[in-house]
Amino acid sequence: MKTIKSPEELKRLRNEILGRRHPKGEGTNDKVLIRVHSGTSGLASGANEIFDFITLELEKRNIDAVVIRTGDMGYCFAEPTIEVTLPGKQPVVFGYVDKLKADEIIEKYIKGGGLVEGILPVNYQTIE
Amino acid sequence: MSQYRMQIMVCSGTGCSNLNSEAIFDNLQLEIEAFALENEIQVVRTGCFGLCGLGPVVRVMPGEVIYTRVTPDDAAEIVTEHVLKGRKVERLLHKDPVSRKILSTEPELSPFKKQLRIVLRNCGIIDPENIEEAIAANGYEALAKALTELTPDDAIKIIKDSGLRGRGGGGFPTGLKWEIARNNQAEEKYVVCNADEGDPGAFMDRSVLEGDPHAVLEAMAICGYCIGAGKGLIYIRAEYPLAVARLKTAISQAREYGLLGNNIMGTGFNFDIEIKYGAGAFVCGEETALIHSMEGLRGEPTVKPPFPAESGFRGKPTNVNNVETFACISPVILKGADWFRSIGTEKSKGTKVFALAGKINNVGLVEVPMGTTLREVIFEIGGGIRDGKKFKAAQTGGPSGGCLTEKHLDTPIDFDNLVAAGSMMGSGGLIVMDEDDCMVSVAKFFLEFTVEESCGKCSPCRIGNKRLHELLEHITKGKGTPADLDRLRNMSKVIKDTSLCGLGQSSPNPVLSTLDNFIEEYVSHVTVKKCPAGQCRDLMEYFIIEANCVGCTACARVCPVNAITGVRKEPHVINPEICIKCGACKEKCKFDAIIIH
Repeated sequence: MKTIKSPEELKRLRNEILGRRHPKGEGTNDKVLIRVHSGTSGLASGANEIFDFITLELEKRNIDAVVIRTGDMGYCFAEPTIEVTLPGKQPVVFGYVDKLKADEIIEKYIKGGGLVEGILPVNYQTIE
Repeated sequence: MSQYRMQIMVCSGTGCSNLNSEAIFDNLQLEIEAFALENEIQVVRTGCFGLCGLGPVVRVMPGEVIYTRVTPDDAAEIVTEHVLKGRKVERLLHKDPVSRKILSTEPELSPFKKQLRIVLRNCGIIDPENIEEAIAANGYEALAKALTELTPDDAIKIIKDSGLRGRGGGGFPTGLKWEIARNNQAEEKYVVCNADEGDPGAFMDRSVLEGDPHAVLEAMAICGYCIGAGKGLIYIRAEYPLAVARLKTAISQAREYGLLGNNIMGTGFNFDIEIKYGAGAFVCGEETALIHSMEGLRGEPTVKPPFPAESGFRGKPTNVNNVETFACISPVILKGADWFRSIGTEKSKGTKVFALAGKINNVGLVEVPMGTTLREVIFEIGGGIRDGKKFKAAQTGGPSGGCLTEKHLDTPIDFDNLVAAGSMMGSGGLIVMDEDDCMVSVAKFFLEFTVEESCGKCSPCRIGNKRLHELLEHITKGKGTPADLDRLRNMSKVIKDTSLCGLGQSSPNPVLSTLDNFIEEYVSHVTVKKCPAGQCRDLMEYFIIEANCVGCTACARVCPVNAITGVRKEPHVINPEICIKCGACKEKCKFDAIIIH
């Protein structure tokens, strides 16, 4: 692993990573990006199972996607929650995800762009 | 990619559902089908928009148009006007209550996004176990800026000017704290991150550490640079295994990338971080007790001064900050003091994360600018009270805080306003109580916690709190007298005035604040021996309404002590002498014949 030896190198590394993909996942990616919120409350409600299910099913169904684990977003009432970013689209957060729901999300939203019930609307702004 | 031209989202959160959003959904669906548009337009139910005060809410995409206070009859107009003709239904757009002007429907400018995430900026977005994700999200950029462009004094000045105050509860200005630590000369100094989150119901520090550990590591390094420390310590409770694991991963990755350790980014600055485990004692959130615990001593507080900034860990100048405070540092350094100052109220800048718990629909974390009102937090972002019950109080500041009542709903939340209202910010736990909660029991619950968590070093806290708890126990059992209320108040004041550390000095707050705000409940407990909320078991009396009872015998059969007698098909009676008030009969009764007095 490379050691960062100067602030310039840090910048270069960031640009390199950003070139590979966009950190907040908006649009520039050509792959579907799925974040499985796996903090304590997510895990307690079964986020691990959902992570495994989604990874496996996407592979089975030949969908090119990146699935990552992140911390929780604070939607503890609706865990497990996942966030799906389709290429060129704003991220959408789905709550109360079980295997059935995950299947529906893959079939309806990821494959066809149709929304699925259980969306948690974005009600916050963040800083860049 | 989308096969739909337009999507209509109908809020089906609890608030909107109670206002019949389901009928709106049905009507929209019917209208769409009437025009045979179901393959082009999708109608879908969504979770809470956090706009419960304006519900039911319908949002149309693309364009992100949000309609508020929609009725089922409006469905036709939305479809014919908006969907068919592409014209917004002006009548239903959200208007400013005063000027009647239509507020912007642009998502970024809209008033709908009450939350502003600075501390939680990366939580749920980046992979906490991959440092590259943190770097891509501007991680360690602020450290690079501080090390190369700023002197320690410059950096401290930015923090001071930003008005950032400690988020752990006290609200002490962070920049000032750093300056004091910087000015104390010593060969060795320490930066300590207080991750001993002990307030019942607060979990924002855990979420930050689990979701964005690098934010904390980076800020600790910046602090080390500012005060002249080479070593950082994170004091975290062992009950947070996931946070500990992610911190460990983050620290080792940061070392690998040369962002911690010797000669960071080639600037000659050395800083490393070590994790210290706490056993989950509440008092160890107090900085002197925390330091003793890290030294391997008993987690007991000592008198300040000397403050840790003079003589802390191993007798060296030590700067202790809370996780949430550290999480604010990088954005402040990068975006500047003026930016941070522009958010919040006059004396409290920036945002605050609240952990919503209790009888609220959207349990979870929210981050709002200081100065947001309690009403906005509870009824809009939090989705209101569960089961449509009535709001009674919100406890802030955990066992050291007090309760806020209906009259405080429109007070802008900041450090000083909360203190003025008889509570405190604390670490940001917000426990919501509804009409079914007995405030005497609430005070008793918090006292139980402090009795358990008192370290026992000073007698006012060790003995006083125990006595306070006994008095409350007495009252909830129906054995209290009006004189007990004065005793409660006096004893609370003495404990507050004479305790050694913050734990004892604030532990009677829940008692005092419930006495101030809900005196009638206390009076009712000690005079007529009734609990108005019907929660104190010893003060309840179960009673069968003759007119409703059909004599099905279900209650008599379920009663574990045979307190219910009666002839089949005739009204039954409960013998209060035998009844143990378990409530089994009430649960069993299908005819609502059993009530609690």
